Amino acid sequence: MNIQVTVNGKAHEKEVDPRLLLVHFLRDDLGLTGTKIGCDTSQCGACVVKMDGKTVKSCTCLAVQAEGSEITTIEGVAPDGELDPVQEAFWDNHGLQCGYCTAGMIITAMELIEKNPDPSEEQVRQGLKGNICRCTGYQNIVKSVLAAAEAKRS
Amino acid sequence: MTTRIFGSGIRRREDPRLITGGATFTDDVQLPGMAHAAILRSPHAHAKINSIDTAAASEAPGVVAVYTGADTDGVLNPIPCAWLPPDCDIKAVAHPAIAKDVVRYQGDAVAVVVAETRYQAEDALELINVDYEVLPSVVSPEAAMQPGAPQIHEDAPNNQAFHWIAAGGDTDAAFADADVIVKDTILQQRLIPNAMEPRSAVANWTRSMGELTLWSTSQNPHIVRFLGSLVTGIPEHKIRVIATEVGGGFGSKIPMYADEMITSFCSMQLNRPVKWTATRSEGFLATIHGRDHIEHVEMAATREGKITAIRTVVYAGMGAYLSTAGPGVPTILHGLIYSGPYDIGATRADIYGVFSNTTPVDAYRGAGRPEATFLIERLIDLLAVELGTDPVELRRKNLIPKFEDGHDVASGITYDSGDYEPLLNMVLGHVDYQALRQEQARMRERGAYMGIGVTCYAEICGLGPSQVAGAVGFGGGLWESAIVRFHPTGKVNAYIGTAPHGQGEETTFAQILADELGVDVDDVGIIHGDTSNTPMGWGTYGSRTTVVGGAALALAARKVKEKARLLAAHLLEAAEADVEYEDGKFFVKGSPDQSKTIQEMATMANVAWNLPEGMEPGLEASAFYDPPNFVYPFGTHVAVVEVDKDNGNVVIKRYVAGDDCGPQINPMIVEGQIHGGVVQGWGQALWEGVVYDDNGQLLTGSMTDYALPRAHMFPDMEILSTVTPSPHNPLGVKGIGETGAIASTVTVYNAVIDALRPLGVTGIDMPLTPEKVWQAIRQGQGS
Amino acid sequence: MFATEFEYQKVSSVSEAIQLLSNNEGAKILAGGHSLIPLMKLRLAQPPLVIDIGGIDELKGISVENGTLRIGALTTHAEISESHVVQDAAGILWEAAYGIGDPQVRNRGTIGGNVAHADPASDLPTVLMVMDAKFTIQGRGGITSRGTRTVSADDFFTGSFETVLAENEILTAIELPVLAENQHAEYAKMAHPATSFAVVGAGIVVTVVNNVCTAARVAVGGLTPKPTRGPTVEAALIGKELTDENIAAATALIDGDLGTDILGDIFASAEYRRAMAAIELKHAIFHATGLAHH
Repeated sequence: MNIQVTVNGKAHEKEVDPRLLLVHFLRDDLGLTGTKIGCDTSQCGACVVKMDGKTVKSCTCLAVQAEGSEITTIEGVAPDGELDPVQEAFWDNHGLQCGYCTAGMIITAMELIEKNPDPSEEQVRQGLKGNICRCTGYQNIVKSVLAAAEAKRS
Repeated sequence: MTTRIFGSGIRRREDPRLITGGATFTDDVQLPGMAHAAILRSPHAHAKINSIDTAAASEAPGVVAVYTGADTDGVLNPIPCAWLPPDCDIKAVAHPAIAKDVVRYQGDAVAVVVAETRYQAEDALELINVDYEVLPSVVSPEAAMQPGAPQIHEDAPNNQAFHWIAAGGDTDAAFADADVIVKDTILQQRLIPNAMEPRSAVANWTRSMGELTLWSTSQNPHIVRFLGSLVTGIPEHKIRVIATEVGGGFGSKIPMYADEMITSFCSMQLNRPVKWTATRSEGFLATIHGRDHIEHVEMAATREGKITAIRTVVYAGMGAYLSTAGPGVPTILHGLIYSGPYDIGATRADIYGVFSNTTPVDAYRGAGRPEATFLIERLIDLLAVELGTDPVELRRKNLIPKFEDGHDVASGITYDSGDYEPLLNMVLGHVDYQALRQEQARMRERGAYMGIGVTCYAEICGLGPSQVAGAVGFGGGLWESAIVRFHPTGKVNAYIGTAPHGQGEETTFAQILADELGVDVDDVGIIHGDTSNTPMGWGTYGSRTTVVGGAALALAARKVKEKARLLAAHLLEAAEADVEYEDGKFFVKGSPDQSKTIQEMATMANVAWNLPEGMEPGLEASAFYDPPNFVYPFGTHVAVVEVDKDNGNVVIKRYVAGDDCGPQINPMIVEGQIHGGVVQGWGQALWEGVVYDDNGQLLTGSMTDYALPRAHMFPDMEILSTVTPSPHNPLGVKGIGETGAIASTVTVYNAVIDALRPLGVTGIDMPLTPEKVWQAIRQGQGS
Repeated sequence: MFATEFEYQKVSSVSEAIQLLSNNEGAKILAGGHSLIPLMKLRLAQPPLVIDIGGIDELKGISVENGTLRIGALTTHAEISESHVVQDAAGILWEAAYGIGDPQVRNRGTIGGNVAHADPASDLPTVLMVMDAKFTIQGRGGITSRGTRTVSADDFFTGSFETVLAENEILTAIELPVLAENQHAEYAKMAHPATSFAVVGAGIVVTVVNNVCTAARVAVGGLTPKPTRGPTVEAALIGKELTDENIAAATALIDGDLGTDILGDIFASAEYRRAMAAIELKHAIFHATGLAHH
């Protein structure tokens, strides 16, 4: 099947199998390997991207479902190198260790703050339910998200 | 003197590429002509393979090749175990890369398909027809040693892999004389490490050069090269292993797995690159598990509360085969540390390593020390109840008094330094322990159940002295090396043999060099992970990278600095003895205006226009550091929990971690390590646990059944620290990567039991799920 | 991780979908995909044809009219949990939707898909049953019939992953009565730590006049193959003041309404879940009525 998708502002047209997962399309067909695969049960959040303005697990979408959509992956967050406040906050607050969950965390955090510009710690923790990290114990990730929210408010 | 950067919580050098999606992990590697491998794994825990029919699979769309154990037999040597402790009758059973006649655990590799796409490889797996004859299986390490249990390896009667004893002092006498003895049977349940990055390998064999390049999600690429050469027969100098970005390990990426050898085999057969990446569920079966002990433990004490001995009999599951470091974990890394931070006159560890029809077991964060700390602290809490004393005061009176340079313990090892009581006091003061006990009493009056757990621990890490490694059967050394190299423009690269995968050494090692060499931390680059451009090393695990690797780095830097100083003396036309160094500058004593920067020396050394007689060009040095001893970090953790007696739900209300790892290079990174370790330890206490059914089927086969800690499940923890340097380490540092996991499991566990004691609960097997707690409460209340 | 091969067809109308369902045995509807795609990745579902209805606009939308809250089947959990209309009309649904999965699951998962899938561990079936919801279904039995029918939540769920939907029928909308001022509704669940699915979920709607309960609906899920009403509990609440004792006595009666087919798994046995049903119901009532409890 032929699909047309805009990813990080760039239009793509590709022939794909219906069963090709969006995450594989992004990683293997488009070479955007910043989005990761961490599980096979739609739980871990490593594959989270933004599709038509909402965060989605790209491992639980078919590439064909992305026909006509606009997608932002981690590579598209700071295309000119000027980091988003969320990225900056993760850097400042040691919100990552191995970095494998980080792309998904950042995309999720960006939506969290967009919907709730002044989240409480509890709301941040609830908002990260769909993103599993094994390295950090989440504490500095929560700190990073709160710091990013504050930076965006000021 | 400018501010030291050692000790500063600077932002990590690793982060820019990781926060922008610019880092390359193994599954990100794309090579022209690359094919994809999928491994067929046994669905049975124990079975004979009567036949395998791969004809249909070979014909499937996109399939390039299908191989079985018949193909690898004789071409790939068996997968070795690299840690065979002596004097314990260890059975180094054969472990073929692909099972040929028998499968011994659900997940054992049976065949491999190589296809143009991963999807096609998966499709073809289903077309392979294996005729299995299912055999009886056994899962529990204790049951596997009972007469009549299914025999897993011909060479290992009663499935005993080894019987290892470590004893010091006279435990028999201590128990015979004891006023009080407390006992317990502890289940250290099997855990799945679940690093977020699934394991992966990309093998690229080029026949014309006879060289193999292997990208591997490894914590120790040089060990993979070493062992890989033994398995494949490819000469070691023709193998390049690249641990590119690695997404967490926690021990599960220490082993050299069959999978990467199978992938290499495929590439060698086909003369094209081949990639294999585990799915998460596949990883549940095929990546090592942690823990898996059944322990019968006891503690002897006087009626005044002086602990006199600890004695254990431990059945430690090894799984179906001996994993790379598996046998060393419940033995050397466990049985030698039964003293913890306490003055205990006699200890004895009787450890049975046992084969079972399960995934092999190897090091998982803490590797032997969480289990040791658990049994010590659990027994002390039981002793406190038995004696009617406060559990904290009982600990305090048994703590080893402050020592700065060596303290022998019963098991025969010598701790380096310890100052346990001040940290205990600091933590108790911080939480206001007495106030907590009062609050607990008030809540009990209301029928609410709050519990307090206090742990004092000391552990053994910074692996380690190579002589000891040899003596305990480790198949390699445990030293580290580093090359520090100044380039002509005065920038520095250091090349190291360890392989950090999230621990931040690209930053902390730059901090070490910034201070040692007086250079800007941004002018330093740390190179690791690729065996073609790094010196030999033994990898990142056992909280050793900073302790051993950092020491090697500092020593190399000091050699470089000294050479630069001699060159400066020559160029300043001063006597060597008259030239001093401070903050990256060399100057003549008494004439600070006559100086040369280290960068200038880098340039001059590299262009070599004017070197003193006998000095070689270049400004670089390598150093090998073999530690004289392990290091022994310590601490006190406190957990406050509330238990809902109606549904058994446990909530962590507060957690304080007080730890001493000596001088902290980067406090932000130190805290991050503690956070991560503590949460993993909570995972064992409350949520995680592998479940096999009686037929060796893994019931907790994915993240839908195996609950990992997630952000919404607990609050922030508080971090405190003291600094007690290690006397024998060039930087005075101790490890901190595992202390969180070592201490936190038993701290939460003891807090829950403390909460429920009034309800008649004395013990519960982990994980403390709501149902298990609820059942324990019902039993405790006699219903 | 890798589904088997299948044909994919995106449709722009419900009748087109029904036509394809009628002509293709084993075909499956794809809405948000967060029940179907995970099953396909594990190869537990291998439909030869996947019919994507995600673009059918007539299946979206939230509105209130004449005391009835109407939600299009393709409305996502996120849309429901962020809708002030739903919050005002049926707070229990608004809150329950927020407790589903995680933010990304909620961005894609739809109320229609969730309900049609009828996973015993889902929350919405229990919530919709306790709210006396009505489901609008298009297409009826037979291959040529294009009728529409309405089925109440009480009758819709027939078993574990089973509903009254025929192979070629599609759920198009869900309607539920707007809660009155004197009605209090709450859904409480014990969530599985790995998935947030309901181990036990309990829903309650009570009408309270002068401190006395004049009407009650009770439903539990998570532990039964399909959401289950609690008529004995309801009868015990009606006519009574909602005191601690009356609530405790009434909720304990749920045990008799549960039947003998109780689900259990390695995390929580049937025995435990059975015992928790009353506990979760108590939680639900206490929160619904704002009563303090210990």
